[in-house]
Parts: sequence; structure tokens; C-alpha cells
Amino acid sequence: MNQKVRLKVNGTDHELDIPARRLLLDCIRYDIGLTGTKESCSVGVCGACAVLVDGEMYASCITLAAAVDGSEITTIEGIAENGNLHPVQQAFIDHGGFQCGICTPGQVIAAISLLEENPDPTEDEIKQYMMGNLCRCTGYYGILNSIAAAAEDMNKAAGSGE
Amino acid sequence: MIDFEYHAPTSLDQVFGLLDQFGDDARIMAGGTALVIQMKQRLSQPSHVIGLRRVGDLDAIESTPEGLRIGALCTQRQIEKSRLVGEELPLVADTFRKVATPRIRNMATIGGGLVNGDPNQDPPPALIALGASAVMTSKGGDRVVPLEDLFIDYYETDVQPGEILTSVLVPHAPAGSGSVYLKFLPRTADDYGTVTVAAVVSKEQDGTCKDVRIVLGSVGVTPIRAKQAEDALRGKPLTDENIRAAAALVKDAVDPLEDFRGSAEYKTDMAEVFARRAVEQAIAAIPVGS
Repeated sequence: MNQKVRLKVNGTDHELDIPARRLLLDCIRYDIGLTGTKESCSVGVCGACAVLVDGEMYASCITLAAAVDGSEITTIEGIAENGNLHPVQQAFIDHGGFQCGICTPGQVIAAISLLEENPDPTEDEIKQYMMGNLCRCTGYYGILNSIAAAAEDMNKAAGSGE
Repeated sequence: MIDFEYHAPTSLDQVFGLLDQFGDDARIMAGGTALVIQMKQRLSQPSHVIGLRRVGDLDAIESTPEGLRIGALCTQRQIEKSRLVGEELPLVADTFRKVATPRIRNMATIGGGLVNGDPNQDPPPALIALGASAVMTSKGGDRVVPLEDLFIDYYETDVQPGEILTSVLVPHAPAGSGSVYLKFLPRTADDYGTVTVAAVVSKEQDGTCKDVRIVLGSVGVTPIRAKQAEDALRGKPLTDENIRAAAALVKDAVDPLEDFRGSAEYKTDMAEVFARRAVEQAIAAIPVGS
């Protein structure tokens, strides 16, 4: 049964008329047309579909769009500002944080979520937080190095008042 | 997923009205991490889904003289990070930190997890070891159910028609007790435990066991309290020999299902090993001077 769902996605308001069973993942990809968010395991385990819902990291593949009616959603398309890549995105490029790229949007969203709550994580804290984001190319050390470098860059920028 | 109608009531009265109206055709949804997957796999095919996100006042953590009252809609991450829980119920904070991944803990709630009745979940053994209860609310009022009695069978709980779980009452651990939650994870860090054990132990001044509770998860169709093992240790000196003898009785209490995490025999053996370690570690965690 269709119903009205209002979502603010990356700062843009959307009013959608969609079935109650529509998953947030499918809503973002097919109703709104933002295909950066990926589907992989479909059961909330792998992290490829991670998005921020009112600032909290969610698995969009097991979230009903209707259940988050009225929320602000941030996807991978919404994190660069004025054409400048987010420091986490830049660090993934500079430090080999991805290979095939399928898991990367989820990895970047998870890393941003981590650094938002813990701006200076230890290696162990990065591993603990990121263990729910799988990379089947197994490039985990590149991801780890990228996040550590992004944290350092962001802390330097914050320290210099930029 | 078959289609359904989604309802977003804003009060408990509205929830009870919808439950009256739709009965068995309706499912209540809290965080949705379990229910959405069950619907995707067509294990559950409700015509009506009643989401609780807009019902206010169900996500508070409050201090009471006996312990903490945790609202049913508190997310696992909220509980894990709560200063109140960390200070007053460190076993609970530690247990919730061991559930799945941060992303799932952001979504899944304490109440939703309990009424889902999955015997592999982490919170029930620790909450039962602490003597926690669920407050079931219906139009007729509240009914308090010890969590030990909530779980009836595989994915089957004592929730009655017209009732919803609104909060969980968790008493403080007894003064001078030590507690631990062990999760045996031979595969990946985000997995369900192969065997899990919560233990709470307190001792008399002469070093004998004053009280002990040992509760296991993932080794049967419900969480299992190992009462024979507890009885064998209560009142006895906390020696290696007595702890080993008590842990051996855990094997008779469990009845694991065989799955890709191990055979029933293997899990039974590990239940004994991890029960022994849990009791040892709970004793080691008893504050000095108690």
C-alpha cells in the first residue's frame, strides 16, 4: 500500500509516494536516483549500504523508508562540500583505501561516523568500529591507513582553525 | 517482501487500538533489524506493521532505588554509551558493546531484541543473571515478567495479545559481587556467539560462595539458567575443584542446536569450558575488600 514519505536527502527535500515495503536503500537508489549507496549482503551485515539517518549510521538495506519518514539522510553523494572532497574521501584516494570500490561508499560513511564521535581513534578503535564493513578485495590495511590519515588531517585542520 | 500497511502511532493508546483492530495480522516494529529481515525472507508476512518510533517516552534510561529502568526503545548503542549504565551496570554496558556491529547497535533496541526471542542474542543471559524483568503494558495496565520466564521456546515469548514490552527493570548487581559476560567468537567479531555465558558471583567474608547466577546463550532454544551448577557452588568454598565440579553440571543443562558454528557436542563441551571461565573471571572481578 502506497504512502507519503518525506525525506531530506543530502539537504534536498523529497516527498515520495511509495509502497510501505520500500527499503530505504531502494528508495535512495531508484526513487531518488542516487546510486552511490550499494547493496551487497541485503541482511545488514556487510556495511555496503551504510547511510547516515539523522547523523546515525544505519544499514539502509534493512530500514523501511516509511519508518524513517521525516528524517535527514546523508549518502556518499552528500559529503563533499562545494566540490571539495571530504578529508576521508581524499585520504582513501591518497592512501589506497579502495580497490574495486563496491564497499567504498559504505566504508567512507562508516569512517565519517566514527570520526564524528571519536576524532582521534586508536588503531584498535578503528578496527572495532569498522569491523562491520566488509571488503572482499581484503584491502583492510589501506582502509585503516586512510582513516588514520584522515583523522590526522582533520585534527590538524581543526587545530589551525581552518 | 509482501506488501503491508505501515502505521506510525504517536501514543501507546493508539498502539493498543491498532492491536485490537488488526490482532494477529499486525506486527510491532521497534528498530526493525530482525523484523525487516524476517519479512524479506517471508518468515513473517504481516498485513500491518506498527512502528513504535513516534511513540514518545519509550527511550529513557532512569535511575531507580533498585537499579535502572531502561525504556524498550533505547537502542543498543544508546545503552552501551550511557554514562548511567556504565557507572551502575557495567556488565550491561559491556554486554551491549559485544552485540553485532555499531551500525546494527544504532538501530536495534533492547525491547525489540527481547521480544524477538532469538536464543543467540547477547543481552538476555546478562540481564537474566542480574535478575532483570520486563514491563509488559496493555490497556489493562502493567504486568512485570522476570526475563527468566519471558522465553518460552525458539522465537517464542510470553508476550500476550494486546501487550507490548515498554521497559526493562535491571537491578544493581549485589554488593560485593563480580560479574562477566563471555562471548565465544571463533569466527568473526560481529557473529552470534558459538556459546555465551553471563556469571554473577558474590562471596562471604570467609571466601565461600554467597550467591551465584550462571546463564548461557546460544546453547538451546531459549537462554538457559544453569541452576544445578549454581546450587552446587552456593555455600561452598570457591576453590578450583568446586568451580570445575559446578561447571561440569552445565553440560546437563544445555541442549544446543547444531549449526555452522559447531556440532551440538562441541557446543556442549564449550558451554562447560566457558561457564568455568566465566565463574573464575566473575570471582576475579569481585572488588577487593568485599
